[in-house]
This record gives sequence, structure tokens and C-alpha cells, in this order.
Amino acid sequence: MVTRGFTGRPSGSELSERIPPGQHLVENFPVLTAGPTPRIEPADWTFTLKVGPRPVKIWNWSEFNALPRTRMTRDIHCVTSWSKLNTAWEGVTIDDILADAGMSAPTPFALAHCYDGYSTNVPLADLAAGKAMVALNYEGQPLPRDHGGPARLLVPHLYFWKSAKWVNGLQFTERDEAGFWELRGYHIYGDPWREQRYRND
Amino acid sequence: MSATTSGWQSCAIVEIASRTPAIKSFFLRLTEPFDYKAGQHVDVRLTGPDGYTATRSYSIASAPSGSDLIELAIERLADGEVSPFFHDVAQVGDMIELRGPLGGHFLWPGRTENPVLLIGAGSGVVPLMAMIRYRQASAEPVPVALLLSSRTSFDVLFRDELLELERSLPDFALALALTREPATRRTDFSRRIDPPMVADVAARLPAAPRSVLVCGSNPFVEAATDAALALGVEAGAIKTERYGI
Ligand SMILES: Cc1cc2nc3c(=O)[nH]c(=O)nc-3n(C[C@H](O)[C@H](O)[C@H](O)COP(=O)(O)OP(=O)(O)OC[C@H]3O[C@@H](n4cnc5c(N)ncnc54)[C@H](O)[C@@H]3O)c2cc1C
Repeated sequence: MVTRGFTGRPSGSELSERIPPGQHLVENFPVLTAGPTPRIEPADWTFTLKVGPRPVKIWNWSEFNALPRTRMTRDIHCVTSWSKLNTAWEGVTIDDILADAGMSAPTPFALAHCYDGYSTNVPLADLAAGKAMVALNYEGQPLPRDHGGPARLLVPHLYFWKSAKWVNGLQFTERDEAGFWELRGYHIYGDPWREQRYRND
Repeated sequence: MSATTSGWQSCAIVEIASRTPAIKSFFLRLTEPFDYKAGQHVDVRLTGPDGYTATRSYSIASAPSGSDLIELAIERLADGEVSPFFHDVAQVGDMIELRGPLGGHFLWPGRTENPVLLIGAGSGVVPLMAMIRYRQASAEPVPVALLLSSRTSFDVLFRDELLELERSLPDFALALALTREPATRRTDFSRRIDPPMVADVAARLPAAPRSVLVCGSNPFVEAATDAALALGVEAGAIKTERYGI
């Protein structure tokens, strides 16, 4: 339905094909979080890899920082309708985390867990093969606290609530288990190109 | 849970009311009425003649009541795409596409006697207003305090209604924080939000707040949540809605 009198602010044409349906471009980096911003000192930070309820490996900050580093520059898309192009990240890919634990993924599903109790589910297929990382740097600087510092998950091809801030663990699960927002009406998978914003999309 | 959306619906604007110099209320008649909870929002979608669309979220200001009218209160951002359309172009009778209710987290805690502290800035009071209106209509015995930051007293969204509620609703405390004008009421403040201010307003509740809801810009939400944490409120009892700016 055309809205009477609305023309909008169309974006540059060569960029528009990088913007999924219903999204608009921003230059700034909005912050959206469901609660207070946790304060985690790197000295207190740990990352736990679990299979079901069982922890299989725990890294502290310096151990985690010694893992191989990968850089990614990606477009990101938030479900609240903003997209930001060419964001530059550096961190440790999920592949390298699994390799350091000496294992291959035991199940096709995972939940990321966070310091503030947040969680989000991401299928293994979207985490492995260089598609996702635990990001430690943003634009060449340590990740700011309000953007998830010291570490956040980065799954850039899904809506950005999947890129969980203040991440402290990854848990492989037998089934695809809904996380925090997925239990609160948001889509179980969250592909921006298919506009999977809410549960029935 | 009713947070699952149905599809888009086209709704008529039935009334437009100027609330402050920068904020107008838009009353929309739902063609497919839905139940919602105080604190939820809708997504609004505008479509240009070429099919270009712009989608934004707006909190519902009205209290759930079974009515098919909802109120949105939209602040005009100078270079924005959607909010200036509402302020400068939209008229009564226009059809607007929306869907909802959305959001299953930033919700009125309700059905307890635990005190609730609401903290908002500017148009961030919108979902909090839905909660206060719901609290009044439902007569749930929940003590509520609202700390609302605005530039001047003219910028206080829903000012007259809030002042009236403060007089008529037992267990409701109102504190305004005016950042660009001296406050005239002794219960208000003339500065930006800070921890002593949040402590002062929390102390107007009969007991320590068991639930804190904060809505506004990101820097405001950061300041307010830090203050609530300093007061000893558990992180898990603090919910925030950030308008993304
Ligand atoms: C859950 C939720 C609930 C919300 N509830 C409300 C509410 O109740 N009331 C309310 O008023 N708002 C609310 N918001 C905010 C609302 O969704 C919009 O973000 C807001 O109205 C701004 O939209 P806009 O299209 O006018 O501005 P946008 O076009 O999105 O721009 C936002 C700002 O960025 C600047 N900007 C961005 N891109 C450009 C560009 N390319 N060129 C120039 N300037 C640019 C603009 O100057 C503007 O100030 C809510 C947001 C969320 C997430």
C-alpha cells in the first residue's frame, strides 16, 4: 500500500542492493540492549565451550587472545531496521575455537551464552566455515563496553541480535533451542534477506 | 504469548494531537484489533510510490483496554525519514500500515505489590506512560515512581496528565528532571540524571524498587542503569528499551 505523501530518503543506488528489505542505512552505530551494560574486566573474563551441560574447555582472557586472529569486514543488519555497511572486526573464528579444543562440532545446533544472562541460538552451519567469530576488536580498537566488550559473538549475515554481546560461552545442543529474544517473539533463525524478524515471518 | 505478530494491517489516523513543541500523538484505529501489554511497540511501514519502504518501531502510549484505538507519540527528528513525515505530512484520515504487538521483554511487571521505578527521557516516556495508564485503569496495588527527564517543562510529554495522576493516584510519585530550565516544584530537579537523583526518587517508594524500567537514548539509559545498580538493584531486575539513538 502506497502511503499518501511519502517519498522517503532513498539511499545511493549502488549501495541499495546491499540493504535487505525493510532496512535503512545508518552511519552511526546504535546500541540496543535489554538491560544494564555489564562491566567485565578482561582479567575476570572466561569463555566456556560446552557440549550439552558438560564444559569441555575454558579459556581465560590471555589464553583466548593467544588463539589465531581473523579479520572480517561485513555489513550488519539490526532487526530494528538499521543497516551499517563495512564494519571491521577482528577476533577468533568458531572454527579456530573448536580446533583449539581439539574437537569437531558434536551437534548441528548451538546456543551462545552471555554475562548478562542473554542467550541466542545459531545453527552450526552459520557459525562454522569462517562465517562467525568471537570478536575482540572493532575498527582496530578493543570492543567498547556498550557494544559488547570485552567480547561479542559476530554472526554478521543474520539479524544482529544473534551477535550476542558480552559472550562468555558456546553450548552445543541436540536441538535448536530458542534463546532470549527467540523466546520473546523474535524469529528462530533471523535471516535479514528473507525478513525473518518475528516468529511467524 | 501474544507477542507473536500477525501480519501488516492498514490503520486510519483518527486524531492528531500536539503534545510538546517536538512531539505529536497519533491515534490509529486498528482494523484488526489485537491485545497487547503495556510496554510493547508496533512497527510502522511507509511505502513510497516506487515501492520503497521505511520501517520504524513506535511504542504504544495507550493502556491496553480492549479498545481498537492505539496512541503513538512520535518525536520529530530534524533530518529523520519517518518522524518528519508524521509531523509534516500525515493527516487525519490517512491510512498507515503497522503490525504488532511486538516486544516481549520491556513489559509492565504487574500483579505484584512490589514497587516499580520507571525512568525515562524525552519520548522515552511513551512505553512508561502506557504502564502508568494501565496501573491506574487496572487498580493493581503496585507503587510506582516515575523519574522523567526533559529539556524544559514544555517538553515534558503528557505533562498535564502526569501532574493530574500525581494528585489523584495514590502510590504514584512523579519527579521531573529539567535539563535546560530551573524546576519550579520542590519535588523536581534542575539537572541531568545522576545517582543521587535516582536514589532520591527511589526513596519516595514505600520499599526499595523490585523492578526498574528505563527508556530513552543510549547515553541516558547508561546513566540511569548505572545509578540503579549503584542503589543495589540487581541487574536482572532492570529492563531497558533503547531507542537506538
Ligand atoms: C522499540 C522502539 C520503540 C520506539 N518508540 C518510539 C516512540 O514511542 N516515539 C518516538 O518518537 N520514537 C520511538 N522510537 C524511535 C523510532 O523508531 C525512530 O528511530 C525515530 O522516530 C527516528 O526515525 P526517523 O526515520 O525520523 O529518523 P532516521 O531517518 O532513522 O534518522 C535518525 C537520526 O539519524 C540521523 N540520520 C540517520 N541517517 C541519516 C542520513 N542518511 N542523512 C541524514 N541524517 C541521518 C537523522 O538526523 C536523525 O536525527 C523507538 C525505537 C525503538 C527501537
